[in-house]
Amino acid sequence: MEYFVQQLINGITLGSIYGLIAIGYTMVYGIIGMINFAHGDIFMVGAFTALIAFLILVAVGVSAVPLALFLVLLIAMALTALYGWTVERIAYRPLRHSFRLAPLISAIGMSIVLQNFVQVAQGARVKPLPPLVQGGYTLLEGHDFAVRLSNIQIIVIVTMLVVMFGFSFLVARTRLGRNMRACEQDLKMAALIGIDVDRTISTTFVLGAALAAVAGLMFLLYYGVIDFFIGFLAGVKAFTAAVLGGIGSLPGAMIGGILIGLIETLWSAYFSIEYKDVAAFSILIIVLIFLPTGILGRPEVEKV
Amino acid sequence: MGEPIIRRTDVLAAVKEAGIAALVAFGLFVLLIGFRTDPGPTGALVISTRFGALAALVAVIFLIALVRALFWHRVAATVAGLVPPSLKAAASGAAPYATAAFVGFALIVPVIFYNDRYLLDLGIVIVTYAMLGFGLNIVVGLAGLLNLGYAAFYAIGAYSYALIALTFGLSFWICLPLGGALAALTGILLGFPVLRLRGDYLAIVTLGFGEIIRLILLNWQNLTGGPNGISGIPRPSFFGLPFNSAENGFAATFGLQYSPTHRVVFLYYVILALALLTNWVTLRLRRLPIGRAWEALREDEIACRALGINTTTTKLTAFAIGAMFGGFAGAFFATRQGFISPESFTFGESALVLAIVVLGGMGSQVGVAVAAAVMLGGFEFFREFSQYRMLVFGAAMVAVVIFRPRGLVSTRVPSVSLAKRKVIPASMVGEARAESPT
Repeated sequence: MEYFVQQLINGITLGSIYGLIAIGYTMVYGIIGMINFAHGDIFMVGAFTALIAFLILVAVGVSAVPLALFLVLLIAMALTALYGWTVERIAYRPLRHSFRLAPLISAIGMSIVLQNFVQVAQGARVKPLPPLVQGGYTLLEGHDFAVRLSNIQIIVIVTMLVVMFGFSFLVARTRLGRNMRACEQDLKMAALIGIDVDRTISTTFVLGAALAAVAGLMFLLYYGVIDFFIGFLAGVKAFTAAVLGGIGSLPGAMIGGILIGLIETLWSAYFSIEYKDVAAFSILIIVLIFLPTGILGRPEVEKV
Repeated sequence: MGEPIIRRTDVLAAVKEAGIAALVAFGLFVLLIGFRTDPGPTGALVISTRFGALAALVAVIFLIALVRALFWHRVAATVAGLVPPSLKAAASGAAPYATAAFVGFALIVPVIFYNDRYLLDLGIVIVTYAMLGFGLNIVVGLAGLLNLGYAAFYAIGAYSYALIALTFGLSFWICLPLGGALAALTGILLGFPVLRLRGDYLAIVTLGFGEIIRLILLNWQNLTGGPNGISGIPRPSFFGLPFNSAENGFAATFGLQYSPTHRVVFLYYVILALALLTNWVTLRLRRLPIGRAWEALREDEIACRALGINTTTTKLTAFAIGAMFGGFAGAFFATRQGFISPESFTFGESALVLAIVVLGGMGSQVGVAVAAAVMLGGFEFFREFSQYRMLVFGAAMVAVVIFRPRGLVSTRVPSVSLAKRKVIPASMVGEARAESPT
């Protein structure tokens, strides 16, 4: 029982990170209907930016961890958002009216570019970071097993909740959010009523990348080690989460992320750790077969 | 004519544009290039600065943006004007012979480069990828189903050959069809549940499937050897004559001086024959009812269903046949390498083959072959700068898609025509897509 609760906590923490990445996929897919394949690598860039920013802050003498983390979060979000903007501008915008596979190929190319750019610039070896946030609480005391909720897990989950609410507010209540929803429904019509479609799409990429940077920082804090290849698997799983939750839906992305995190963690805990990714992908296939629109997705209307 | 070449306002605008580009570049690179983290003596990360490299990079981007803003439209116009119309006409007139020339060249490659082992090996790799491209072209180019897990079938072919050959001692020529059949079977097994999905969902499921296969190969230690792979895979023989220096070897039987090149040349012709077979089968299939059903499916799935085409079996055959050729190529890969491991069948491999198909111009057989030669050749060309190789590869992929979204060969010859066979632009051909464009 205690073991199960512990796995539940771990799964939700991991799932929160996936959920944050999944929002980027789901928004972009919702608006322009493309799989932004490079998004996983944007997440990786976010993690690296956060790592370097933190080391610089330590070097210049910002030693208070909460302040340093807050600054790192801002720097990483800003710079990663710039990556999101640039990728959209270079690789996707020229292909807006091209045939459907073109942006996907371009995205795969961009993913390769980002991965190898970071590899060349920062080296292929893993980057360890000593744990910055320590301590935690013991929730349940079993006879041989204690359930612990570490501070870092609290930070990850709370950050996810804050970001989620902030973002839902942005989409539901602000002018920008309204534009985004309009573009999601019908790009052409949105343009006709005077919405700057290009700008809205750019903003979507910027916001998605900023959230990926948050996820990157959380990943860095939680696992304490990153390398240039973390983006691929995290990206694929986050996309799985987006599909599972129903693509185009923000709460769906979060729910999907948490489900994927739970499946992965529980599978590793009770069956085999080697096949945890197989479990995640199998779930994806099963969900798509029996529930093709995901949990919160709207059924797609087939148009002739 | 009296107009100055560059106006003052143009220059100001260009400088502004380049300034913005440089600013963005600075933001992008300030942390990732300007600083570098390395493990220090204690194992903790130590940070070092590289502001020189950062400044140089930003300056280069400023200059490129400036030149682009000032001269790009001129350059584009000049280059287009440089090619005389007569040459263009000649080029399109020569197109039918290009295929013949290409195949002819491929046939005599071992004769020309007999003494260059490196080029022969490169040739084998290029033809292997051309064959994979042909196979995937059936799925993506003809039937319009996006498959991001093609490497899975390649892997199944390779492992089937390796395991069957090692366990039962069967020869390459018996194992080859078995490998293909097993890959096709897997294609069908995957296809049954997922083919009702469309477009991007199908793409992501095939990606997941590819990863599942790779992870199983990686973790099923008893059968596949896990990350260590399988080694000692039997090499092919020339109708029972092994390529070695023994009495009953190939060289001795034909009274030749033994040379390891014989095997390489033989392998080259084997894969060339397989690739040409794939190409020939594809061209024939396009004229059969099933091939036409594939192309109809690509153009409009709803119309297909309305016409009574069974879309499930149509998709399934495309998937299975594409998978089969992937399996053949995999079996060949295993026998050529003599060693296989899950490393060789990653997502990168699937992406590379898909890139070859799309950049070659989907559905165009010559285009796929040219793209395979250009990409793998380019890959080798950059071998000396191996660090930057993948970076350049990715950038080239993006650049080609942006400047030639329809691929290198952007014309198609329809499979069926009324009176005269015509060439049409590729933009008239449908593609793998999720739903009808709204």
